[in-house]
Amino acid sequence: MLFSEATTTSFFSLAPWLVFAPVIGLLINIIIGGRFSEKLIGAVASVASGATFIVSLLLAYSVWVGHGQGESIFLAEWIHVGSLSLDWTFRVDSLSTTMMLVVSGVGTLIHIYAIGYMHEDVRFKNDPSRFRRFFVFLNLFIAAMMILVSGDSYLMLFVGWEGVGLCSFLLIGFWFEMDTLARPSWANSNAAKKAFIVNRIGDLGFLIAGFLMFWYLGSLQFDEVFAAAPELADTQPGIIIAITLFLLVGVAGKSAQIPLFVWLPDAMAGPTPVSALIHAATMVTAGVYLIARSAPLYNLVEGAQSVVVIVGAATALFAATIAVGQYDIKKVLAYSTISQLGFMVAAVGMGAYVAGIFHLVTHAFFKALLFLSAGSVILGLERGHHLLAHAHNGGAADHDDEEEVRRTEPAEVFDPGDMRNMGGIRKTMPVTFWLYMIGSLALVGIIPFAGFWSKDEILLDASLKYPAVYWLLSTAAFFTAFYMGRQIWMVFFGTARHEAAANAQESPKIMTVPLMVLAGLSILGGLLNLPFKGFHNLGHWLEFTLGEVELLGLDPTVAGLSTLLALAAIFISWLLYGRVTLKQADRDPLKKPLGFVFTGMENKWFVDEAYKAMIVDRYTDVCRFLADVIDSRFWHDWFHEKLIVGTYNWFSNTGLNYYADQKIIDAFANGLGRTTKYLSASVRRIQNGFVRSYALSVFLGVVLILGYLILK
Amino acid sequence: MLLEYLAIAVLIVLATVVALIAIGLGGLFGPKKKTVNKSMPYESGMMPIGPGTRRMPVRYYLIGVLFILFDIEVVFFLPWAIVFRQLGWFGLIEMVVFVAILLVGYVYAWKKGALEWE
Amino acid sequence: MPPINFNDIEVLLPLIILVIWACLLLLVDLFIPKKHKWLTALLAAFGLALTLGFTLSQLGSESNGFCATGKPSICMVVLDGFSVLVNALLLLTGLLGVALAYGYLKRMGIERGEYYTLMLFSISGMMLMAQASDLIIVFLALELLSLPLYVLSAFARSNSDSQEAGLKYFLLGAFSSGFILYGIALVYGATGSTSLSQIFEIASVGTSSLLLTIGAALILVGLGFKVAAVPFHMWTPDVYQGAPTPVTAFMTAGAKIAGFAALLRVFGSAFPNLSEDITPILWALSAATMIVGNLLAIAQTNIKRMLAYSSIAHTGYILMAFVPYGNPEVAPVSIAAGLFYLFAYTITNFGAWGVVIALEQKESKGLQISDYAGLRRKYPVLAGAMTVFMFSLIGFPPTLGMVGKFYLFRAVLSGGYTGLAIIGVVTSLVSAFYYLRVVVNMYMFAGEPKTDNEFWLRFTIAGAALVTVVFSLVPQGLFAWASRAVLKLF
Repeated sequence: MLFSEATTTSFFSLAPWLVFAPVIGLLINIIIGGRFSEKLIGAVASVASGATFIVSLLLAYSVWVGHGQGESIFLAEWIHVGSLSLDWTFRVDSLSTTMMLVVSGVGTLIHIYAIGYMHEDVRFKNDPSRFRRFFVFLNLFIAAMMILVSGDSYLMLFVGWEGVGLCSFLLIGFWFEMDTLARPSWANSNAAKKAFIVNRIGDLGFLIAGFLMFWYLGSLQFDEVFAAAPELADTQPGIIIAITLFLLVGVAGKSAQIPLFVWLPDAMAGPTPVSALIHAATMVTAGVYLIARSAPLYNLVEGAQSVVVIVGAATALFAATIAVGQYDIKKVLAYSTISQLGFMVAAVGMGAYVAGIFHLVTHAFFKALLFLSAGSVILGLERGHHLLAHAHNGGAADHDDEEEVRRTEPAEVFDPGDMRNMGGIRKTMPVTFWLYMIGSLALVGIIPFAGFWSKDEILLDASLKYPAVYWLLSTAAFFTAFYMGRQIWMVFFGTARHEAAANAQESPKIMTVPLMVLAGLSILGGLLNLPFKGFHNLGHWLEFTLGEVELLGLDPTVAGLSTLLALAAIFISWLLYGRVTLKQADRDPLKKPLGFVFTGMENKWFVDEAYKAMIVDRYTDVCRFLADVIDSRFWHDWFHEKLIVGTYNWFSNTGLNYYADQKIIDAFANGLGRTTKYLSASVRRIQNGFVRSYALSVFLGVVLILGYLILK
Repeated sequence: MLLEYLAIAVLIVLATVVALIAIGLGGLFGPKKKTVNKSMPYESGMMPIGPGTRRMPVRYYLIGVLFILFDIEVVFFLPWAIVFRQLGWFGLIEMVVFVAILLVGYVYAWKKGALEWE
Repeated sequence: MPPINFNDIEVLLPLIILVIWACLLLLVDLFIPKKHKWLTALLAAFGLALTLGFTLSQLGSESNGFCATGKPSICMVVLDGFSVLVNALLLLTGLLGVALAYGYLKRMGIERGEYYTLMLFSISGMMLMAQASDLIIVFLALELLSLPLYVLSAFARSNSDSQEAGLKYFLLGAFSSGFILYGIALVYGATGSTSLSQIFEIASVGTSSLLLTIGAALILVGLGFKVAAVPFHMWTPDVYQGAPTPVTAFMTAGAKIAGFAALLRVFGSAFPNLSEDITPILWALSAATMIVGNLLAIAQTNIKRMLAYSSIAHTGYILMAFVPYGNPEVAPVSIAAGLFYLFAYTITNFGAWGVVIALEQKESKGLQISDYAGLRRKYPVLAGAMTVFMFSLIGFPPTLGMVGKFYLFRAVLSGGYTGLAIIGVVTSLVSAFYYLRVVVNMYMFAGEPKTDNEFWLRFTIAGAALVTVVFSLVPQGLFAWASRAVLKLF
């Protein structure tokens, strides 16, 4: 193939492999993976994910070669009922390929990381056989996410939406029988259930939006919906508003916005690679993608856009405040994710779709980096902890020996994720430290790291369109810098507050190398969309799908102000947490000055408790009433048992059994049998063994026959 | 024409009736005193020795059966001999076949010792 | 010009070969020492196979043999598709009979070469029966096939049951031969001919004569005796039980086939016009046979006796097929069904009797149904094969018996004889009891059966079981052959 041909060939037909590759990977692991070594299982899964990435590259290339012309690749027919006609069609355009690249790229890196992480984690939790299951679920997730981002219709998107919801459930509840400290408990299962159920509420919104779309616009396919929408916006704008707002409900569920964000912090119960992949980089961004994809709808109704912006901004600030008061390293990052998602949602709500997607991409890089590094820290502490435990009990115990492990388990409950146990990790785990630093700087938004460029663009857009939102977001950015600074001083600087931290060990290369790649991306990610003339790469790229986009240049005022705020926040955090190392028993220095405000922050502003009291408990009460009173006592005990079963029993036992069956039918059947036997026994006596009788019988037959013939 | 046979019919009937009367009346009115000696089978005044029914040596039967078979064969020879010339070759072949089959039987009987007396 | 030409020889070629072979075998056997009587069996089987080859080579040809000079329609023997089919079936029966007898004779100490020779003669008689187209030949063939059977029934000389069987069979057989002969005489008196085709011609011209009908009925009686129709069946249980088991197996299959062949030819060719009178009689015979056969089998504890009554019952089923013989639309299908069922019954029967032979011990031990207890544990394959045969005899899928019964019932129903079909179905149901009783014994009771494991016996049993199941899945070929054969008859 000539180069010139190669440069113009398109690989659109490879689109189905986005889904097929991870499915094949998971099938291999399920069916024959039982005999594989851990490395092989991980390799198969990573290769499958890597294949998806390569296909994404080829698809993106095809779009580029086609000058931004996307294509729909038909795979199979699905529903053709009445006027509804939907097929499995892959939509490959600039927006979807962007998502594909992010998901599969970051996903592959996380797969590789997870090989190392899970190798240790399953041993700390005493169940090495569960290793395989993890990678099967991971591949399943990639497959579902691919369906989500490559769908050509709202329905196919929804299929992927549900799929990733399922994988989230499966992976959050991976260690379903224990809690995060490996004690037997319902905690992890409850976290998984919570994620699924809260997501379901969001899904309900999505579905209602889908119903409205089909009913009023006649289709669920993107192009057809967007083509028909303007007309409906003129005649019945309320419907479009309803559609967009219901879609927002779905986004609130999936992307953890107010009021449906409560599941994400609990989701930290899952293994860290899960938190990184699903709850930071990819799944939670599906909501943002949904709004970006639905841009033609949102652009029609200003009112809906405002609602989206307010929800996003409020979430950004709200979550950031909570993050300030958290002690668990992953919880901080979780609320940080919610906050950053708020940024993204606000961005796309404003109509700054490019900014939103840009931040989505960079956030994927540095948040994944942060989470995985946090995982590295946690494992480091675990390693240190076990080292000490073995040292205390003498002898080097092999972790694969369950007996040994059980005996050497320390009696005290140790939480390796609690920042109050950490400190001085900078010295014991230097590589992780630098990686974490890079990630933090990117998140906080220090130039020239990736986060700066993307966050700045959002702030710029906000300052032009919604000034109030600009102040909200800036405040949130301030808090972001503060809690990240707090975290870094607490974890990495100072002296170790627990002997486990003092003995923490660095992670192996299989974990740190993918992180280095992510770190590189976090540093260079800004190049994707520099706000200078001629450099708006991502903007131009997304223009192909989104249409004419306003591409703003760099505003030094906004940029300077945000950098200043960030640095100020870091300085304050240093004052409180970095200058003087706190001891383990010390109260948080913010407690005294902020008082009840800090208590609120610590306790997540009691949102979960409020929900429980207002909704969950009330719902349980209704259920209990229905179950105990209505179902058990009335329906079951009286109506069912007494009335139906009792009558039936009488009918069958006495009525049918005795009268009909025994007296009549049995008598008949037995009688028939007895009669036959009796007949047989009596007739056989004719056979008496005498030849003369036999001859007589023949003669008799003859007589009968002849008699009949003659007399006829 | 049947009328001519009337006499014979009457004769038959009468003979039967008389015979029946003779035996029947005797059986009806005669005394029935059974003694051991009277119930024994009659053997010209001598005491019967051994059981009344005895197994006959099967040799008698064999000889009888073989005789019948080959006698019938001879019987078949006779008419054949008369029309022998008219039948020509066909008749000869046919009779040869017939004899051959019987010859098989004869050889069999000979080899099996059916012709031995003792 | 000789009255016999080459064509006549051709028509009877397989028969002639068999007879010559049998005669020679008789002579050869004289010189075979006692220890090597297996040679006789081998030669007998070889002869049968040779004859079978010649028979199959006659497939598709039609001819008449030994015809009256100048009158080519009045013939003594006939060769057509029907006769080829029946002959092939009979020779197959013979081969199976030799296979079953081979080990049994040695085991029971009655191994004498005359057994095989007698079998060959009997088979030749049966073959002649299938090819007969003159009433005299029918009678001749009947006697030819019966006499060796009388001797064979008494073959186990030291066993009093066997002697009794032979004697009873002989006496009652002679008795019924008298009826056939009387019937033939009456038919001759009514039509002036004994040739089937001529009888048909003469009978179709004038009004139906009572003499002819009675003659036909008496022939039916005689043939009915041979196939064990009620009320001419009384000899069957005693003879089948007393005769050596391989002989019984051979009799149930071979004599029945020959009897039905004769019945079919005589009534199909000569007396179709009498169907008005004869059909009700056939109906009554069939119904009575089915009922009595199945009913009496229930009370039996000896498996040979039980199978004897079962064979009476199956005669009833096959007679069902002959009931609509006078109805030209239904008759071909119906009779084809009957022929098919004969085949199915033969195979199944040989299989079942094979198992009986396997379990039989000296001095008639091992013949009670209770002796089959626990067979499943020791000889699961044997038990399995017996189960297949029992199912086939009941008419339970997926066996050949079921297919046969299906064809039979369908034919009878299409002829309009619903009552007969109902009787057939009900009696089949009843029969399930005593067949399954064997199965229950084998599988659910414990016991210590002993069996004989001779190779040809096992081969026959296995082969029969296989054919029973496999052919039930592809019966169309055989049924088509039977249909074609019957069509030519009409």
